[in-house]
Amino acid sequence: MSAEKISNEVAALYDNNPANLIAMLQEIQSRNKNRYLPRPELEALAACLKISIAKVYRIATFFKAFNLEPKGEHMVSLCVGTACHVRGADKILTAFEGELGIAEGGTTNDLKFSIETVNCVGACALGPVAVIDGDYFGELEGEKIPEILNRFR
Amino acid sequence: MKKIENAAQLDAYRQQCVAERDPDRAVIAVCTGTGCQAHGCDNVVEGLRQELETAGLGDKVEVKTTGCHGYCEKGPLALIRPEGILYQRVKEKHLADIVNKTIAKGEVLDKLLFFDPATKERVKLEQEVPFYKLQERLIFGDNAYIDPRSIEDYFGIGGYKAVTKALTEMDAAQVVAEVKEAGLRGRGGGGFPAGRKWESAAKVESDVKYVICNADEGDPGAYMDRSLLEGNPHAIIEGMMVGAFAIGATAGYVYVRNEYPQAVRNLQSAIKSAQELGLLGENILGSGFSFNIHISKGGGAFVCGESSALIASIEGEVGEPRAKHIHMAESGLWGKPTVLNNVETWANVPLIINRGAAWYKGLGTEKSSGTKIFSLVGKVKNTGLVEVPMGITLRKIIFEIGGGISKNREFKAVQTGGPSGGCIPAEHLDLPVDFDALTEIGSMMGSGGMIVMDDQTCMVDVAKYFVGFLKGESCGKCTTCREGLQRMYEILEKITSGIGTMADLELLEEMAPVIQQASMCGLGKTAPNPVLSTLRYFRDEYLAHINDKKCPAGVCKALTE
Repeated sequence: MSAEKISNEVAALYDNNPANLIAMLQEIQSRNKNRYLPRPELEALAACLKISIAKVYRIATFFKAFNLEPKGEHMVSLCVGTACHVRGADKILTAFEGELGIAEGGTTNDLKFSIETVNCVGACALGPVAVIDGDYFGELEGEKIPEILNRFR
Repeated sequence: MKKIENAAQLDAYRQQCVAERDPDRAVIAVCTGTGCQAHGCDNVVEGLRQELETAGLGDKVEVKTTGCHGYCEKGPLALIRPEGILYQRVKEKHLADIVNKTIAKGEVLDKLLFFDPATKERVKLEQEVPFYKLQERLIFGDNAYIDPRSIEDYFGIGGYKAVTKALTEMDAAQVVAEVKEAGLRGRGGGGFPAGRKWESAAKVESDVKYVICNADEGDPGAYMDRSLLEGNPHAIIEGMMVGAFAIGATAGYVYVRNEYPQAVRNLQSAIKSAQELGLLGENILGSGFSFNIHISKGGGAFVCGESSALIASIEGEVGEPRAKHIHMAESGLWGKPTVLNNVETWANVPLIINRGAAWYKGLGTEKSSGTKIFSLVGKVKNTGLVEVPMGITLRKIIFEIGGGISKNREFKAVQTGGPSGGCIPAEHLDLPVDFDALTEIGSMMGSGGMIVMDDQTCMVDVAKYFVGFLKGESCGKCTTCREGLQRMYEILEKITSGIGTMADLELLEEMAPVIQQASMCGLGKTAPNPVLSTLRYFRDEYLAHINDKKCPAGVCKALTE
């Protein structure tokens, strides 16, 4: 589907009202297989809503939920909220980074995995916690990481 | 289902739902909150249903999938009613025994009961388990009785009675007066009296007004709002309906974190059921009151929990706070009078209307009435969500409900109030917890996160953690917040790397009031709290890092390797 078509469709879904820009960007990102906002779509959306591209980028760069680069097929979101922090989330991050050979925020070259840290996923009783493709993995320990990742490989 | 047109029809339907839910019927309520899901509760639900079918009990015993029961530490949880037996850490291998022994023959499976380390005995009933015994689960307790996807279940526990009462027996001013009289204070952090907000918005004349539910639960370590929205979405809807009627609003928004997909799904489904029955929409129950609720999904910015930033975000702008010279009650969302309360606050509203302000005021302390849900997490044995009356001591929460410190280590501090709060040392463990008491000792209630720390937690590292968190989340509008936090972080980084000096401590103390006073919104105004409270109570740890080049807790890498 062309960028114009995607953007027009999404804009229409939200009444072509620029007040719904955040929801539109969420929709565009969720439709993208690499869960990011490609520039052509953003340009088409700005044109469709008759707002400047700068305004679209202002929103897209302010909110953490938006990605401007393609993400891997599997997203590892490691919680670094307080409860996970005091239970050693930083060591778990190191283990994920080591196992995947990428740093936090990065994506593997084969576009298989991305790692990000998130503030709190609201599963504090299970810390440290990671969410991979929507599944929760709690009470993590460094040595469990390779086995968990293997399930997604 | 046909639309419900008046209060009498609603009462009749509610009675039907209550009657269909015989309290003596056998039900296995399986917690499917996020915590239990991580423990694999989905397989437990499916497995139990299959075992019941096999045993020929499929139509006699219901397996109810509910929201969070709170005791996340011990999940997956299965509560067997009518007896009230609590089975914990339920695995697939136990399911056949649960059905063939407990359900069929009434035999209790000892190995699945809670083991009380104090008495060395197994505890059979949920209400006898120490974690639950001291709680008063007025808001949160309903979770275990309802399937959040079923509006009939909510009717079954007396749902939508409060809004019926408000619409048919009270006028708007009486509703405002009731909430004001109850002394309900905002559960999201500030503790501002909800009734006063409502009163101001009710007074303003405007054809359009809004109510907003703040479900942008950003404080790391707090997840009660998530569990309420996921487990009992109709209570939030009902609370908002009552508030909207009281102030004269026609539309409501729930601003919910993008990180909470299950909460969004359950809320969407609840709104849809309420609309189908005509409880949301035009001329509700024939009263002439019209109201609808929309969901706005957040974009992952902590600052959007701040009310003016949240409103900007609903309007499709970046989430930057604005100065509040004009109150939101006069000019809020799209310039219209707006009342914003958080999830837990809204959930308290039906209770107040149903049982009255006088009853509600009898709970908790003089200036903080009601109960509060805390998320008890970190280095504590029984982690989970606990609902207690205001005024209970920290010691009771941590050592009786929480069972003490993990691995029987030494208690060092409890962090409350999220990144805006502070760390409370052992000397204040007997403090009765309410809004004002926590503020007095340099912390705050916040949204109710309680992160317990033991002797292996470094307080300088904790301060650095929070400042690092806040510097990342600062929207950048105010220089003192944007630059001040960056500098504070650099200083804390120096100290934890062993190259800090005494002058650095002075600088931290000098910067803190500047950031507090010159930043516009709550994020900046409270940002130095974690540094100030750790300096106040744990100064010796800072000194050990600076003078002795040691991290007493053994956390800071540069000083331990």
